[in-house]
Amino acid sequence: MLANRLIACFDVIGGKVTKASQFQNNIDIEDAVTAAKRIYEMQIDELIFYDVTASAEKRPIDLNLVEAVGKEVFVPYTVGGGIRNLTDMYNVLKSGAEKISVDSMAVRNPEIIAQGAKEFGSQCIVLSMQVKRVPKSGKIPSGYEIAIDGARVFTGMDALEWARRGAGLGAGEIVVNSIDNDGTHHGYDLEITGLIAENVRIPIVASGGAGKPEHLYDVFTQTQASAGIISSMLYSPRLERNYTVREIKEYLQGRGVEIRPYILRQA
Amino acid sequence: MIGIINYKAGNSHSVMNACEKIGVECKYIGGPDDFAGVSAVILPGVGSAKATLDSLREIGVMPKLEELVLKEKIPFLGICVGLQILFEHSEEDDTDCLGWIPGTVVKFNEKNVRVPQIGWNRLSWKRDDPLLRGLNETEFFYFVNSYYAKPADGADLLAAADYDGEFCAMIRRENIYASQCHIEKSGMVGLTVLKNFCGGAANQC
Repeated sequence: MLANRLIACFDVIGGKVTKASQFQNNIDIEDAVTAAKRIYEMQIDELIFYDVTASAEKRPIDLNLVEAVGKEVFVPYTVGGGIRNLTDMYNVLKSGAEKISVDSMAVRNPEIIAQGAKEFGSQCIVLSMQVKRVPKSGKIPSGYEIAIDGARVFTGMDALEWARRGAGLGAGEIVVNSIDNDGTHHGYDLEITGLIAENVRIPIVASGGAGKPEHLYDVFTQTQASAGIISSMLYSPRLERNYTVREIKEYLQGRGVEIRPYILRQA
Repeated sequence: MIGIINYKAGNSHSVMNACEKIGVECKYIGGPDDFAGVSAVILPGVGSAKATLDSLREIGVMPKLEELVLKEKIPFLGICVGLQILFEHSEEDDTDCLGWIPGTVVKFNEKNVRVPQIGWNRLSWKRDDPLLRGLNETEFFYFVNSYYAKPADGADLLAAADYDGEFCAMIRRENIYASQCHIEKSGMVGLTVLKNFCGGAANQC
């Protein structure tokens, strides 16, 4: 069976990896290509790049950066931010990314999921969703609402309903990004991650809140999520200590979680 | 010189990056006239079987490719859907494929497993082969697929993995190699396989 995946996620602004807390107060970490190479060599399973300001600045994604990263990374990588249409998707894939992440744009125009899946295959289309805990109601039965535009705009859409719809339209994976837990380092939101993973039959990626290896153990053993996004753990200066991919993998293996093992030998 | 077939539906760019990383001399093949000087061919693949076949026919590489691989027997490596189209038929859009390898391509059972399969799966080798030199008894490779091949001739099976039961992960039939997993995206083990293929190909020529 499949190994659970560790995915490093980079928020990129002007070619620099930055780190935000609850979608705000970004601080610069390092050059994006250098960061990608470093984390690939640490044996991460996968990478995601978000060109976080492309959408707000109404400009296309930086394809030169996508291409430069592709020359350093020989595991799958996903690119998101500023994707407006099929042409943008095509350009990103041709620049060396494997998958395209859509978020706010897909909420505004859900058909883009179906169009992208038809043109490039479901496996290329990652639906990323920003979810916030709210009181359960008739309109929001799951108790989680979908937000867009860097968690600034609330849509009135139910998170589970949107996940089901996205999968139905042809998304190949869903990233469940908890606004409440993002940058807290207190662990993933197991409730909404678990709820979506139980009800939607495509791979679910937990995101937001991982601060130590136990949090990955929790999400892999208490939910059916098949991947967890880690970023703070790897490089955030806001965290007391950072971890190597090897440390996290060896911890998980030690507790019986199926993972792609860290390889000691050199290529 | 390794030729990488560059067609609309493929991810030739990623395969080129991987070849450059391991220091192999390679070039894109975008039409029938680009095969000059090529001693081995890689067919990258993402997307559907039908789109791939249509795209390959559109750029006009099929007659020359069949001549080189089936008659002149130069080393060939298909990746992902580049494995699937080698078989006789695919359930995906009920597509007749190339028929280089006996067998068919079927879909994973959605009742039992999440489809597509996306992630790292453990391979077990079915026999010894120069392609697998330097690898451990089992290794993880990256898969993205909803369909998988069922070779009619068990002797063609080189490696298998488990997803709702054992399925075909790599094949070899004479000079034809193919991998369901994305070796260009499987980290250092994938690069090792690619290096073995390119090295073996170089020795034969």
